[in-house]
Amino acid sequence: MQKSIKKYFPIFALPTLAAFTIGFIIPFLLGIYLSFCKFTTVTDAKFVGISNYFKIFSDKTFGHALWYTAVFTIVSVLLINVLAFTVAMLLTKGIKGTNIFRTVFFMPNLIGGIVLGYIWQLLLNGILAHFQKTLTYSSAYGFWGLVVLMCWQQIGYMMIIYISGIQNIPGELIEAAKIDGATNGQILRNVTIPMVMPSITICTFLTLTNGFKLFDQNLALTNGEPSNMSELLALNIYNTFYGRTGFEGVGQAKAVVFFILVALIAVGQNYLTRRKEVQQ
Amino acid sequence: MGVRKAKHGWIYTIFFSLLSIAWVFPIILVLINSFKKKVYISRKPFTIPTDKMFVKWDNYVNGMEKIHFFDAFKNSLFITVFSVAVIILCTSMCAWYISRVKSAFSTWMYYLCLFSMIVPFQMVMFTLSKLANMLHLSSPVGIILVYLGFGAGLAVFMFCGFVRSIPLEIEEAAMIDGCTPIQTFFQIVFPILKPTCITVAILQAMWIWNDYLLPYLVLDMKRWKTIPMAIQYLKGGYGSVDMGAMMAMLVLAIIPIIVFYMACQKHIIEGVVAGAVKG
Repeated sequence: MQKSIKKYFPIFALPTLAAFTIGFIIPFLLGIYLSFCKFTTVTDAKFVGISNYFKIFSDKTFGHALWYTAVFTIVSVLLINVLAFTVAMLLTKGIKGTNIFRTVFFMPNLIGGIVLGYIWQLLLNGILAHFQKTLTYSSAYGFWGLVVLMCWQQIGYMMIIYISGIQNIPGELIEAAKIDGATNGQILRNVTIPMVMPSITICTFLTLTNGFKLFDQNLALTNGEPSNMSELLALNIYNTFYGRTGFEGVGQAKAVVFFILVALIAVGQNYLTRRKEVQQ
Repeated sequence: MGVRKAKHGWIYTIFFSLLSIAWVFPIILVLINSFKKKVYISRKPFTIPTDKMFVKWDNYVNGMEKIHFFDAFKNSLFITVFSVAVIILCTSMCAWYISRVKSAFSTWMYYLCLFSMIVPFQMVMFTLSKLANMLHLSSPVGIILVYLGFGAGLAVFMFCGFVRSIPLEIEEAAMIDGCTPIQTFFQIVFPILKPTCITVAILQAMWIWNDYLLPYLVLDMKRWKTIPMAIQYLKGGYGSVDMGAMMAMLVLAIIPIIVFYMACQKHIIEGVVAGAVKG
């Protein structure tokens, strides 16, 4: 059978392979090469060694964006997961109207980042106007604005994943724990949480990478104002590329650093939480 | 678990009802403001538009003229529908091939797809957009190829996971009965893959419909805009933002999403759960 399928390689695998090469492999390899070059477009690249990487360190906005992104990611991951898990616990208790609540909470997820950013800009600026401030008054407002926005967008998504995790716990386990005299807190800590660990792995993974790679919402909500102080890493890289001529090489070097950070986080997080999963 | 009735259930019901209202409030607020005269929007966002504040459909008419909303809608719809269709067709075939043919190519392709999932878009954005321009892919048709390339990772990975669970005997029987690999795939394998197709379609559609940066960098802005590009253009294209037009266009951007969500809610939620478990 293998042999006869193999003859059909051009039909089965070639279209995807060709598109994947154009859409991913070539841009990726070229991107790594260009991070060692000075260029304004792909064809005029001149090799300059690692000087682009040195320039990153002298660029203060990058350090600030890195720090800002790290804090933002940690805060949003914790808030989203704790809140989503709590809502999921309550919505699996057979409360009336559960389906409607689930539908409503999930909905913001389908709205795109740009649209979300402008919706919240209106709401938050409206509230802040009472204190004669705006979102771009200081980076702290932009920070919490983004956190609230991300909670609104992602709690529903994570809640859905947690709900399916909680519903997969066999009922007998909880019954048995109750008969043995476990309190609700003990059941939560020793039965429910270990049993939904796969869901926790997935949700932390998704929120971590979403937070770290956030771009659209940042662009629409504050666009990095005031003076790049509310700029996340992705937006910082974008602005280095398209906002300053002659800095394309530095932008590409930043992108490589960004990629390495995302990869490390993804692999490290997966390793850490997978260890805690229980075998069923 | 679900069948057991909670104690004091009604307290939770009231609590969650209030929370649900708070949850949709931002959208309602935009809707209210879309009928307000633009100077009042940033000054009094929380008042209901009456008398002199109320402008009927002016903001909508104005906004649609400025950004050609229906063109943007058509572009978004075209790109999303055809990209998703092409992704489903090509990646399911590719996934079947690399799961059934054991070769160095199959192993490499599988791990490259896995790898591409953790690469952030910023890493390839400059080179990809330049490459797309060189190859004349800056049109709604060309961008489909770009989406197939950049979206292939997740799709191939998910299809592979499912293909491996299909027993080989079914396909072998079909081949012995004289089916070519193409007939085997489309008559036997593809129908079995249907649930995964729905999952992949929903995840990819959510991404492509809402994507801003990729079409912004790849498409020729003067001729084609997608909805997110058109909305961002409303801000960037004019010195001061016309808040009235902005609110109206936000409403128009949200409506199709809500309609789609109401129509296939069950599939969307199941798709998300299935996608998360495999991803």
